[in-house]
Amino acid sequence: MKDMKEKPVLLTMRNIQIEGRSDETWSPIIKGVDLTLNKGEVLGLIGESGAGKSTLGLAAMGFTRDGCRISGGTIDFDGIDLMKASEATKRGLRGKRIAYVAQSAAASFNPAHKLIDQYSEAPVQHGVMGRGEAEHDAVELYRRMQLPDPDEIGFRYPHQVSGGQLQRAMTAMAMACRPDLIIFDEPTTALDVTTQIEVLSAIRDIVAQFDTAAIYITHDLAVVAQMADKIKVLLRGDEVEEADTRTMLASPKEAYTKTLWAVRSHARATQPPVEKGTVPVVSVKGVTAGYGQVDILKNINFDIHKRRTVAVVGESGSGKSTAARVITGLLPPRQGQVLFNGQALPADYRQRTREQLRQAQMIYQMADTALNPKLRLRELIGRPAQMYLGLQGKALTERIRDLLNLIELEPDKFIDRLPSELSGGQKQRVGIARALAAEPQFIICDEVTSALDQLVAEGILKLLDRLQTEFDLAYMFITHDLATVRAIADEVVVMQRGRVVEQGPKDEMFQPPHDPYTELLLSSVPEMDPDWLTKLLKERAEKAS
Amino acid sequence: MSLLITLFWIAVVVAGALALGWVFRTAVIALSRGNLRKAMRTAPLTAAFGMFIILLYILVAVFAPVIAPFAEREVVGGQFLPWEAPHIFGTDNLGRDMFTRLVYGARNTVGIAFMTTALAFFIGSILGLLAATVGGWLDQILSRVVDILMAIPSLIFSLLLLTIFGTSVITLILVIAVIDSTRVFRLARSVAQNIVVMDYIEAAKLRGEGLWRLITREILPNAMAPLVAEFGLRFCFVFLAISALSFLGVGIQPPTADWGSMVRENAALITFGDVTPLLPAGAIALLTVAVNFVVDWMLHRASGLKE
Repeated sequence: MKDMKEKPVLLTMRNIQIEGRSDETWSPIIKGVDLTLNKGEVLGLIGESGAGKSTLGLAAMGFTRDGCRISGGTIDFDGIDLMKASEATKRGLRGKRIAYVAQSAAASFNPAHKLIDQYSEAPVQHGVMGRGEAEHDAVELYRRMQLPDPDEIGFRYPHQVSGGQLQRAMTAMAMACRPDLIIFDEPTTALDVTTQIEVLSAIRDIVAQFDTAAIYITHDLAVVAQMADKIKVLLRGDEVEEADTRTMLASPKEAYTKTLWAVRSHARATQPPVEKGTVPVVSVKGVTAGYGQVDILKNINFDIHKRRTVAVVGESGSGKSTAARVITGLLPPRQGQVLFNGQALPADYRQRTREQLRQAQMIYQMADTALNPKLRLRELIGRPAQMYLGLQGKALTERIRDLLNLIELEPDKFIDRLPSELSGGQKQRVGIARALAAEPQFIICDEVTSALDQLVAEGILKLLDRLQTEFDLAYMFITHDLATVRAIADEVVVMQRGRVVEQGPKDEMFQPPHDPYTELLLSSVPEMDPDWLTKLLKERAEKAS
Repeated sequence: MSLLITLFWIAVVVAGALALGWVFRTAVIALSRGNLRKAMRTAPLTAAFGMFIILLYILVAVFAPVIAPFAEREVVGGQFLPWEAPHIFGTDNLGRDMFTRLVYGARNTVGIAFMTTALAFFIGSILGLLAATVGGWLDQILSRVVDILMAIPSLIFSLLLLTIFGTSVITLILVIAVIDSTRVFRLARSVAQNIVVMDYIEAAKLRGEGLWRLITREILPNAMAPLVAEFGLRFCFVFLAISALSFLGVGIQPPTADWGSMVRENAALITFGDVTPLLPAGAIALLTVAVNFVVDWMLHRASGLKE
């Protein structure tokens, strides 16, 4: 950690108030937050979604999104009053002295231009350097960001490089004018854990090398612990507390911060081993499947037993979701079959009986796209009950109310709402209720918590856990988050490039010895220890040499 | 000077239209409640004016026998009488009351145009949604047939078909509806293609929902906004197409009162500096403008909702 005593102040924000417009009225988003940032210092901004992290981060550039306005307070950036500065002055600062790295690099790059052209745009525009010089500089920064093939990579289009590389290219781009301040808005949230490490270490190195100040916005505490000198916690537009990273991790003061810290404590008790000879609810036998000529899954085998959760883990592209599509019958396998209670299921869902369809339900990652936005909860949840169980009229309403109670939503308040009138966590609960309405034996949960905040995700996991015992459910839990695995799984299946690398009971999986890939995956999960990244990189370097 | 006077009158007409829109909007807000009221609050004056005009046309069409002073086909006096009581717009080439013919024209032209558009939408959107949902060979066949139909200029194609099948009102409706449904098909298919890839459609398929329910309950409600906006726009085109065909003599046949053929029948008057033949043309123009105002607003809302 850097010594920050004699560093001069770079950015001061006092009593910042930001309002957002909805339905003709202005409602507060940020309610009077103070922020001070010294030169070369990294501040971590933490909070749930909707806490105002991004809004506050953008305000540091004197900028608000459409439909928002800064209604009060002062912003002083190195002697310039950003509240009073003209648009031209602010434009001169942005990109040159203050830069921004967005969450999704894939969506933020212009797909029609090469990376290096987009890199040189800001320096040339601001007159910092000429085009040739800028391109030369880009190669140098690409090298420092540890991008593969730094001389050539700039001449590719955004779709020709991977997500992690794009995110690093965007950080390099932000560095182009050697700004005094960079705002990182969740730069690694969309990445796999193994890629995340590379991006984190590259960002940390380059920020240290150029002594750049940074505001690092994230909802992942373990990540911010690696990156920030001090941490500020936000809750619904208000500051909860601020302290330097070590103090904050060791002894958080406020109750809310403590709950954030404790969130990953939920862990499922070890279940007794399944008796020999029990017929598994779902059994995947020698499945090979894929699209076109390419095999995505290669000879996959695993069983899921009653009242057990099997977590399927792997990076994106490892075939986790494809396995789910084979089980549900959306993608008939080339070889092998799926058994349900010992009976082979027809490969195509269209050939399955209604009873077979009822028994296997699915909960989706994005509740937004999984619930029809034009249907009310009554119909969303009631339809499976009506279809499969033949409930009508009063009995149906009764059942819908029971289901809403089960997922802890007040029936009178929620039964006639549309999905757009629910929060993210509530939508996911409705997704669960829809699956339960069919009274299935088996549920596939496809990354159900990855789009949610930690506190909300925790609630969903506890709910799933409770429902499992109550209704004797078997879960297949697809995830890339190992903390979730710890919280909910009985057995773990690790997948890489369409193959099962390792599988077994959870406790064994978290004990060495590991398959090399499992080892990589396990060691890449950020820990709350602020020295974790440094140690890990050192260990890996030693191993390599 | 005359230019200034023209500009003055244009300003007066625009201001009058906006004032009318404002009065109408205020009245609707005062009288309505719930969603309609909320929607009207955000409506621009142009849309309010458009809605007022459409409402007016509907009222005229419905109450035509009450409003019109004479019967639709009644010869009431000499030919081409000037604008004097009891014939406020004079009489036409056969001596029928011009005002009465205009009022009945609203019923015939607008009614037929509405039925045609509704039929075009019924055919086009059902086939379009079906093509997007089922996909595969059905989609290929339907789309290629539509491509072929669209490759033929629609006015010439409808002239040809009307010449073959005769010029009754039913054939007119059917021919224009089929030709126009190709455009609706395209729109419905492309909108639905974005919807069928959603997880909730996958969930409904896995639940074992039938095709009909999939289309009507899961896809159609989400495709409604662009389809409704397109309905307004299509209505204008159909309306103009019918008027054009009537003007050419293959559309609505005399003695039925129709704005398109009324222009043609009385066109000779123009040479004498009489504006009477422009009245039906003006009625067509006003309705087209009004519908487009409303459609613009709906499109704006639909695209806003998508964000």
